[in-house]
Amino acid sequence: MGHLVSTLAFFTPQSGGSSNANQIDSLFKITLAIALVIFVLVEAGLLYALLKFRARKGAVAAQIRGNNRLEWGWTVGAAVILLALAIVTFAKLSSIENPSNSGPEADKLASNGLLYASSERKLPPDGKSLTIKVVGRQYIWQYFYPGASEPDGLGAPYSYEEMVVPTKTTITLDIASSDVVHSWWVPQLGGKFQAVPGYHNYTWFKVEKPGVFRGQCAILCGRGHARMIATVKAVPPAQFDQWLAYQKQLLSEANEQAKVARAKLNAQTGAGQVENP
Amino acid sequence: MATQLAPVPQVNTHAVQREARGWTSWITTTDHKRIGIMYMVTTFVFFCLGGVEALIMRLQLGTPDNTLVTPQTYNQLFTMHGSTMIFLFVVPMMAGLANYFVPLMIGARDMAFPRLNALSYWLLLAGGIVFYASLFWNPPEAGWTSYPPLSSANFTPAGGQDAWIYLIHLTGISSILGAVNFYATIANMRARGMSWGRLPLFIWAILTYSVLIIFAMPVIAAAVTMLLTDRHFGTHFFDPANNGSPILWQNLFWFFGHPEVYIMILPGFGIVSEILPVFARKPIFGYKAIAAATVAIAFLGFLTWAHHMFTAPIPEAVLVFVMLSSFLIAVPTGVKILNWIATLWRGTVEFKTPLLFCAGFIALFLIGGISGVFLAVFPVDWQLNETYFVVAHLHFVLVGGSVMTIFAAIYYWFPKITGRMLSEGLGKLSFWLMFVGVLATFLIQHVIGLDGMPRRVYEYDNIGNLELYNQISTVGSFILGLGVLTTIVNVARSLKVGVVAGPDPWKANTLEWFTSSPPPVNNFDTVPQVRSVEPMKDIRREIERRTGGAPASSAIVPAGATQVGV
Repeated sequence: MGHLVSTLAFFTPQSGGSSNANQIDSLFKITLAIALVIFVLVEAGLLYALLKFRARKGAVAAQIRGNNRLEWGWTVGAAVILLALAIVTFAKLSSIENPSNSGPEADKLASNGLLYASSERKLPPDGKSLTIKVVGRQYIWQYFYPGASEPDGLGAPYSYEEMVVPTKTTITLDIASSDVVHSWWVPQLGGKFQAVPGYHNYTWFKVEKPGVFRGQCAILCGRGHARMIATVKAVPPAQFDQWLAYQKQLLSEANEQAKVARAKLNAQTGAGQVENP
Repeated sequence: MATQLAPVPQVNTHAVQREARGWTSWITTTDHKRIGIMYMVTTFVFFCLGGVEALIMRLQLGTPDNTLVTPQTYNQLFTMHGSTMIFLFVVPMMAGLANYFVPLMIGARDMAFPRLNALSYWLLLAGGIVFYASLFWNPPEAGWTSYPPLSSANFTPAGGQDAWIYLIHLTGISSILGAVNFYATIANMRARGMSWGRLPLFIWAILTYSVLIIFAMPVIAAAVTMLLTDRHFGTHFFDPANNGSPILWQNLFWFFGHPEVYIMILPGFGIVSEILPVFARKPIFGYKAIAAATVAIAFLGFLTWAHHMFTAPIPEAVLVFVMLSSFLIAVPTGVKILNWIATLWRGTVEFKTPLLFCAGFIALFLIGGISGVFLAVFPVDWQLNETYFVVAHLHFVLVGGSVMTIFAAIYYWFPKITGRMLSEGLGKLSFWLMFVGVLATFLIQHVIGLDGMPRRVYEYDNIGNLELYNQISTVGSFILGLGVLTTIVNVARSLKVGVVAGPDPWKANTLEWFTSSPPPVNNFDTVPQVRSVEPMKDIRREIERRTGGAPASSAIVPAGATQVGV
């Protein structure tokens, strides 16, 4: 039995990072169970028909042209199986799509951060999540974290390739692209979603234990597509806050240096010659 | 006494017109049989080119960080491979088979519009030449789906993308003209007595294939025209910076792309529905259900395109609707598979090569059909979409499905086209190599996808067993290639030394076997009255009745063909 389970695991999607990935995995397994039964029955029927009814001396083929009851039977049967699968899918859907609440030890940054109205963007029941903006570009992923230094959202801390997230906190992703179509995918944290220029796409995940999860761009985006890696590093909330504070500090230091450099340049070329980047 | 006993088919064995000879006769021909042969030879050459491209890709993926080809070359390879197999092989190969056999199976002298028919072929060839000429400059590299903005002038300025657009245009016009021709021929030129309920199932399939082409091809023609004007004439249909929409392309492309799947597989269903009854010596089980399922699949095929876009930003209502419509289309497809197995049931199955390919088709296509259901469940598709699981699925449908039926058709109809039999030994060897090859290449690709490897990557990290799995797939692809090569050798050999076939070597059911092999220019001197869906069976029975119970086979097969059928 244990052997069978491990054999089946060989044939299932990756999971274990976030509950939505686990739910997709269990929906996949239900589909697989139904599929295996049908597969075995039909292949066995085919093999039986081929071997049992092969031409022999004296054998005469039965001249049957059809059987209405049988044919209606298997048509309805096929429809019923698929209807059952549809019902299971609808039953699982909300646990896959709808974010769950953050745990009690969640990062305090999780907030009612609805940045813009969208019917497709889903929030946990208590409305609190940590929103990270994911931007795909040839051939790297960029992530923007909460904590913009300016009211219009500019100056937000960011990172490339590796996304750092707090554990036990519901993370909602706002996925966009700055050039061609990409696709965000970290298999252990749930399904993939296209990053399309001009559109926003959303998903979520919640990691319970610290760890590193690997993924990569899933839609052809050019010659460097294979190297457009995405990793998600989950750390305890306190460590995340520390990391984020450090990123902010680096940003403000860089801004200060830029101000000094600008002032120096202005002094050399005359004020107003260099626009604020 | 003797005059009254003369078997009917022998009346037609002489040609009325002299066959034209020389290469100019091929260029100027409007004979549907010659055009059909040109279609089949041309598309088979493209099949081999596409196959070589696939083998180079499999070699590249044989080890994780291989440097056999550059990323650019790899992208060009899969773009050429996909576009070739779809636009220059499967769709036109079906058109080639239909060209040769639609008039023969319905008892017509030629297609309804013979010159239009020739134009279809030459447009196809022009499309293929324009596309492959790009090899000498910059082949396209945005995939056969060519999603903008990647395929726009900003990101892919090279002319190969334009060569791809002209490929779609030229083969598209070729397909539409061919489809109109098939429809007109089938609607108007059937033999006396061949009502819709007596139409061979291959003809039903080609009729449906034609309708699908007529509805779907103009959409892709419009889409690639918009891409062309975006690239060169300053329009912004797909340009997000100017309120254009990349999603619009995905919708237009897949509105064509999904029916295209059925354009490629329905003729194959038709081929199987013709061949199985012949070798099971039993009528097809549920003729009406199969014909109705063909039409139902074609209709539903237009309602499921968005299942290729489950990960795109589209409203949830669309996801749910498309999941259900995709489930719905699995029903008539499943019904056909059960009908085919029921056709074998209680028959007397003769294991000739065409039957083996049909049985292999059922076994492999079932896997592709079942993996399709996984992909229709949209939350599951979020994990599987754009991975090797999809690559495995589509190859089980296209190689396990369409290609197996095309090979079944080659082995079944080669005697009619050339007058000679293919070798059964080489045929069976070819079948087993291809069958094992498909399983070895593509079964493991499901696991490669589930383990997180996206498609269209030129390299991968050896996580888990990815290297081993990819090596299994690579070895499988070469076994598959060897199987194809065996059939090429078989064809080349049999053209010269094959056993002479005679008009009806399989004791088949449909009218193409009524005339000589190869058929004369005018096809038939007289066309018999059709009284059922199996006119040749009726004719054999009638001869048997007139000859007073002598075995029909010895009466109908001319001398010289008697050594066949062992």
